[in-house]
Amino acid sequence: MNDSALPDPVSPPGSPLPEKPGHVSLGRLERVLRSGKFAVTAELAPPDSARAEDVYDRARVFDGYVDGMNATDGSGANCHMSSVAMCALLTTVGYSPVLQISCRDRNRIAIQGDVLGAAAMGVSNILCLSGDGVQVGDHPEAKPVFDLDSLSLLETIRGMRDDARFLSGRPITSAPQVFLGAAENPSALPYDFRPHRLAKKIAAGAEFIQTQYVFDIEHLRRFMAKSRDLGLLEKCFILPGVGPLASARTATWIRNNVPGIHIPDAIIARLEGAKEPKKEGRRICIELIQQIREIEGVSGVHVMAYRQEEAVAEIIQQSGVLDGRVPWYPGCDHQSDPAASAGSRSIERERVES
Amino acid sequence: MYTVRLWSVTHSRKLEALYRTFESTLVRLHPLLDRIGYQRLEKPVRVVEKAIKGFLFDCQMCGRCALSSTGMSCPMNCPKSIRNGPCGGVRSDGMCEVKPGMRCVWLEAWRGAGRMREGGAIHEVQIPVNHLLEGSSSWLRVVREKAGAARGEAEV
Repeated sequence: MNDSALPDPVSPPGSPLPEKPGHVSLGRLERVLRSGKFAVTAELAPPDSARAEDVYDRARVFDGYVDGMNATDGSGANCHMSSVAMCALLTTVGYSPVLQISCRDRNRIAIQGDVLGAAAMGVSNILCLSGDGVQVGDHPEAKPVFDLDSLSLLETIRGMRDDARFLSGRPITSAPQVFLGAAENPSALPYDFRPHRLAKKIAAGAEFIQTQYVFDIEHLRRFMAKSRDLGLLEKCFILPGVGPLASARTATWIRNNVPGIHIPDAIIARLEGAKEPKKEGRRICIELIQQIREIEGVSGVHVMAYRQEEAVAEIIQQSGVLDGRVPWYPGCDHQSDPAASAGSRSIERERVES
Repeated sequence: MYTVRLWSVTHSRKLEALYRTFESTLVRLHPLLDRIGYQRLEKPVRVVEKAIKGFLFDCQMCGRCALSSTGMSCPMNCPKSIRNGPCGGVRSDGMCEVKPGMRCVWLEAWRGAGRMREGGAIHEVQIPVNHLLEGSSSWLRVVREKAGAARGEAEV
């Protein structure tokens, strides 16, 4: 990183937004969601390196298209740069990352320490996950921790934030102001219990939900309808997960090997029949986003474009869900910026205006 | 044993009734148990509890039994020891993502809860396991707590 990329000491880009009534965090993601705008988040794959610039390179491809990016925490139980460190690097230049915390690798002592450290570094969003089993990753011989689960993790962090206390009851002098998220999977069994589990997550503190990949829109529709009947849609923001499939072969592999991801035959057939499967995969993703947007109670989408991160901007652009909005990104305040001058889209200045 | 464990879920309603009778009997016996001393009872009760619950539920003696809230399917048999499941990785055939040869413990919990009189307890958020209680008798702890609470109410 050269000197010019370092934060301006007078108004550091990573500095928190002013407090706003009805908001639990000082971050942009919560502001966008609470203002009723359709939010876009994307998954940021962590590098297998010790270079900060690798993180920035990966983040930059989303500039101007996302309201938040999720720094995954050893996803798929594979070892990568830690989520906390990635988030610290990202907030330094003003990005709005979502810290993912998995219960697989750390116990309650380590996790609570990370929450304080991350919040001190300007992290405003935390996604609480149980995590994949170690068996699926590159260190299957590792000890699985699972001291907490996603729900008790939510309750723990909510207690740290709202009561300024650790799980032990010991007081915290300055509570972490974080917007709390959780995951759900509308396409996993038992379907009829999933909305009830969402209710449990909300009871435990979840304020936003990013779901597993949705390829079967009917599953999502049923899940949302039941959640509406349970009165859950007013209580949290739901961002269904989407992503482009590279080919029929990849799709089949994912379906057979990644538990919890359901891909209907129709989608695989479409990819098989396409001349350019990669393009078709992106088209399917765009169509899904547009269909998802029409479902009552949906507040945004979470794009997980594993190994196709460079396609996210195009997918979001073509889906039209931002309605000409340009989410804030580092450097967007400068006139010369390509994304800003590209169209008639207006750059958001939540950092200044609110 | 796996097959017995599945049988217990199928018969969750009967086991629920059985346990309720058992628990209220023990609560009534609290003055006697207290005289003998819970400390002294801990070891023999623990052995019996482990044998019975180990046979019926593959109990892991976490010390904070949640069976009444989990459809008589022990959550400690989940490879991720998730107390508030199921996770998002349940296979489309209902098997566990980590152990493909085992039915998802939480799918079973949902099935068992549906048969129980007070199966709605599955909707309550379970607090994290207290690892200090690992290996201790959950029965005695519950009886002592309930008897204590009843006495507290009586005094008010």
